[in-house]
Amino acid sequence: MNLALLLLNSNTLVHLSAVDIVIIIFYFALVLGIGFYLKGQANTGEDFFMAGREMTAWVAGLAFLSANLGSLELMGWAGNSYRYGILAAHWYWIGAIPSMLFLALVMMPFYYVCKTHSVPGYLKLRFGVGAQTISSISFALMTVLMSGINMYAMAVVMKVVLGWNMDFSIWVSAGTVALYVALGGLRSAIFNEVLQFFLIWAGALLIPILGLIEAGGWHGLQAKILQNLTELHMANPGSYTHLWSTLGNFNNNPMGINWAGIVFGLGAVIAMGYWTTDFLVVQRVLAAKDLRSAELAPIIGAAFKMCVPFIVILPGLLGLALLRDPHTGSLIRLVPADQAWSAAGQAQGLHGYDEVLPLMLARYCGPGLLGLGITALIAGFMSGMAGNVSAFTTVWTYDIYGALINKNASDESKVKMGRWVTIIGVVISIGTAYIAAGKPSIMDYVQSLFSFFIAPLFGTVLLGMLWKRATPAGGWTGLLAGTLSSVGMYAWVKLDPNAVRYVALSMDAQDQAQNMFRALWCCLICVIVTVVVSMLTKPKPDSELKDVVYGLTPIPKAENVGFWHSPYFWGGVVFVIFIILQIIFW
Amino acid sequence: MKSGSHLSIWFFTGLCLGVTGALIFATGIYEVMSPPANKVVLYELHANVWWGAILLVSGLFFGIHFSPANERKRMAGKS
Repeated sequence: MNLALLLLNSNTLVHLSAVDIVIIIFYFALVLGIGFYLKGQANTGEDFFMAGREMTAWVAGLAFLSANLGSLELMGWAGNSYRYGILAAHWYWIGAIPSMLFLALVMMPFYYVCKTHSVPGYLKLRFGVGAQTISSISFALMTVLMSGINMYAMAVVMKVVLGWNMDFSIWVSAGTVALYVALGGLRSAIFNEVLQFFLIWAGALLIPILGLIEAGGWHGLQAKILQNLTELHMANPGSYTHLWSTLGNFNNNPMGINWAGIVFGLGAVIAMGYWTTDFLVVQRVLAAKDLRSAELAPIIGAAFKMCVPFIVILPGLLGLALLRDPHTGSLIRLVPADQAWSAAGQAQGLHGYDEVLPLMLARYCGPGLLGLGITALIAGFMSGMAGNVSAFTTVWTYDIYGALINKNASDESKVKMGRWVTIIGVVISIGTAYIAAGKPSIMDYVQSLFSFFIAPLFGTVLLGMLWKRATPAGGWTGLLAGTLSSVGMYAWVKLDPNAVRYVALSMDAQDQAQNMFRALWCCLICVIVTVVVSMLTKPKPDSELKDVVYGLTPIPKAENVGFWHSPYFWGGVVFVIFIILQIIFW
Repeated sequence: MKSGSHLSIWFFTGLCLGVTGALIFATGIYEVMSPPANKVVLYELHANVWWGAILLVSGLFFGIHFSPANERKRMAGKS
């Protein structure tokens, strides 16, 4: 099909001009050029899988954040802020900052000192092959499946927003990621993630700036949201712009959650699990050149993460305040994606929640800026996918192939395997994307499956690092029990919707609230089972726990630097700003 | 960050921001001289002019400061 026809569809949400397409093509050429440029620097296992462990704190920190800033993250959370109001910012603040600081200051020394290649690799050192196998197989499987359904969702959005052919979106973006990661390994992925970080900000930052000018500042925005939601007879219209003051009861806020779910379910379990044990993000920090850089990298990431609500949450709130039909002046009300993307929804011209960011982009951005904004969304997708693919490749090569299939594999054969598995991982992801295209409901199941493994894994890794009495049998049975209990609770609610009152403590609990409480319970089950089984089984001798457990690991002293270079100082600064933000938006 | 290579990641960042900024800035100037029929909201602020200029200047800073020539000078100074 003609490229111009694929990119210049006239019946779409936004219309690209020639300069927009030049910007998009330049971006693709640049990321491929970087891949080819770095090809010669990925010859050993350390080079290909760990980027030579020579990244500075800034590069590792920006890549750490960028791997998490997928386009679905941008569009999905902008949609969630339209749906739930500023409560969605909890996923960027209490749902990220404390856990990123905890990773930096408490957990990173253990990951770094033991020189593991991956999180499952740490579990092998601490609990043996059983825990490593459960963790690596589940992680590898879920990573490629998640990558595939994200690819499908991205292609759907590109079709709705730009009118792009779905096959074209899937194959071009996946092919580009496969090529640059296979050529340059983790170094290439990290280089492009840093580039993508700047593009995402350059493309998305203009929306909140112009939006706040149009709305009359933050107070004008609050007033407009209150007026619009009152006009629409929405429940609790005043709760959309308050972070904490409406969390005393489940039914006082649009998410149907209370403060305990946010603090304990999100902040203490899901966020801790994701930011400290998900190898997709931890891998970037393991590539740092020394321990101080590895500790500073998540702190730098946390500082920028605190600013992300400005480009994600604020556009959703601006959508609530400003989106009106230009002809009738009536409010435009966005709807769930399945309703918007159905034939009837398309005929009525409905838009899904996730389209709020492209809608705001089209509102303010003319030629050139529109191309930059769309490039930012594509860059977000590609950085997320490259993160998934490079993490999958490392876990497959070291924790499945190297640990279970060919224990004597040479370094050279591992690099060769890594290049091929990158391609194979992308092909499996493409296959998953097409399965999702045929059966969209699979997306809900796979996304839920991913969350099943994160919360219990955090319990296992934390006990492994901080409690030397935890035994190998305790570790893997706790991980298994936590995972199975999470699956069990999910199935229970699916079979009997009334079970929500027990799992999430309220019949008002929406999907996000259910995830919070399910994560909290399954992590507690993992910890209890690990403790009980460990007390009944024989612990490893201290000599085998050196470099993996608190109290038995000599942490290298940082070189004699001033306090302003200390990770503890900067961690403290970030935490104080985090607290101030909670008070301002209380 | 050099990572043992000749070109820094910050040089690539500068290249990307510079080229993109130049294209957006030039488009903005063209739109000022020849206003489009369908204008975006807040068109009168000419966001593509000043945003393109900011990106262009940022790109020039990164591109020049981390250019291969300056990198070689820094390496020579260290050794």
